[in-house]
Amino acid sequence: MTSKSADRIATGVFIVIAVIIVSILVGLFSYILVKGLTHISLDFLTSPSSNVRAGGGIRDQLFNSFYILVLTMIISVPLGLGGGIYMAEYAKPGKVTNTIRSCIEVLSSLPSIVIGMFGLLMFVNLTGWGYTILGGALALTVFNLPVLVRVSEDAIRSVPRELKEGSLALGITHWHTIKTILLPSAFPSILTGAILASGRVFGEAAALLFTAGLSTPRLNYLDWNPFSERSPLNIFRPAETLAVHIWSVNTQGLIPDIEEVSNGSAAVLVISVLLFNLLARWIGTRIHKRITATK
Amino acid sequence: MSENILQVRNLEIYYGDKRAVNGISMDVEKNAITALIGPSGCGKSTFLRTINRMNDLIPGARAEGEIIYEDLNLLSDQMNVVALRKEIGMVFQKPNPFPKSIYDNITHALKYNRIKKKSQLDEIVEESLRKAALWDEVKDRLHKSALSLSGGQQQRLCIARTIAMKPTVVLLDEPSSALDPISNAKVEELIIELKKEYSIIIVTHNMGQASRISDKTAFFLSGDLMEYDVTEKIFTNPSNQKTEEYISGRFG
Repeated sequence: MTSKSADRIATGVFIVIAVIIVSILVGLFSYILVKGLTHISLDFLTSPSSNVRAGGGIRDQLFNSFYILVLTMIISVPLGLGGGIYMAEYAKPGKVTNTIRSCIEVLSSLPSIVIGMFGLLMFVNLTGWGYTILGGALALTVFNLPVLVRVSEDAIRSVPRELKEGSLALGITHWHTIKTILLPSAFPSILTGAILASGRVFGEAAALLFTAGLSTPRLNYLDWNPFSERSPLNIFRPAETLAVHIWSVNTQGLIPDIEEVSNGSAAVLVISVLLFNLLARWIGTRIHKRITATK
Repeated sequence: MSENILQVRNLEIYYGDKRAVNGISMDVEKNAITALIGPSGCGKSTFLRTINRMNDLIPGARAEGEIIYEDLNLLSDQMNVVALRKEIGMVFQKPNPFPKSIYDNITHALKYNRIKKKSQLDEIVEESLRKAALWDEVKDRLHKSALSLSGGQQQRLCIARTIAMKPTVVLLDEPSSALDPISNAKVEELIIELKKEYSIIIVTHNMGQASRISDKTAFFLSGDLMEYDVTEKIFTNPSNQKTEEYISGRFG
């Protein structure tokens, strides 16, 4: 076989693989959307869910999902970034660093249900909070952190050495170089990592079952006092997210329209993740263009 | 007798257990261009990177002996490395502009040093770009990305941002080896211009460059300083057999 035909075969194989992947994606996506879109209406999105009657919506679940996502990212992004900066810039190569790195890898492969159990012990029982949004966000932080540390470390490491040396050689401290040269250059990769992580968080159910709970109190969206029990902003209230709702409706739901509700919720979940990704990417590109002065 | 800016005494540089520079001593003249030549791996770049302590970044690298600058030993543990690098700037082999605008490339270090006033920043940007012979080419696009410049322009921008810090010594590590001949000629012209204000130490693989621009030349071989003399003497009548063989291209 000549190297030319080998090259052709390789190209063909990769095209076939790409086509398979794309068609699985498109198939899955359209399946979820076709089955779910018909059930999505303004009423579905804005009315509370019902335990027994048909026609319940997902208003609270949708809000809870976004609220827990935002809270999780507020906690886990600074921690993950800090960990990544430490691993990339400060950790001296050696046994300790290697141990830390293996721990991070083990943590990132923990099944989310195990993290849920851990969350139950730590953030529900030990703290005495019961099922809370904060407990859920903390459990998701445990779930999220290893990925974010890894992504930040890789992103910072892949910034060319010359840039770092160039800044240090101008008499700029290590920390200021990290802040003004390394992080801006690593920003696009860190952002991509954070977006992927938030997609995982948004769709996560198992880690939340025993931490944020399966119920939501009757919420009053006009109550903005975060300490009030019926306020949606209260972080010490239980909260059922969209992904958990899909699971609970299917396993223990008593409503007659189980299929419609779960299909509709699935479609909303997918669309939300998509919109969230697009928005984050758009904002990220704008910020990056601004700091690098590329038009 | 001319003044010396740096005095190197019994400098030994190690990478782990391996010695890369074997106890060299030399004086570097003020407001002159000192060229360091020698085959790859002879220790000249290692020496250069030790002067502003950039070699500290390499795990396992350490230096013994003394490099005296204004009565201070640069190699001392108490040395404030950050302050030192402001006085002794460095330009690298590969142009390494920051992925920011041309303007921000120069103000990056100035802002860190608490120069905040726009008028003052503007002034320093123009002054250093003029000194680096780049002003006329970029004055209309200061806020465009530095990465849109050609390789030669990028290298002159790196020189501009180094001299914006008003250093006393500028270290150049093969600054034009990655450039085309025309850009190279411009950078050489610039370096000669710069010696009026700065003391320059340049590592080069280009014999022609060393003989064209430098006042004194040091020839390194396997970590030893083989010969250090006035450039003209090194290139016309070297005292060391090895120097003659190297500059005439018989090895290296």
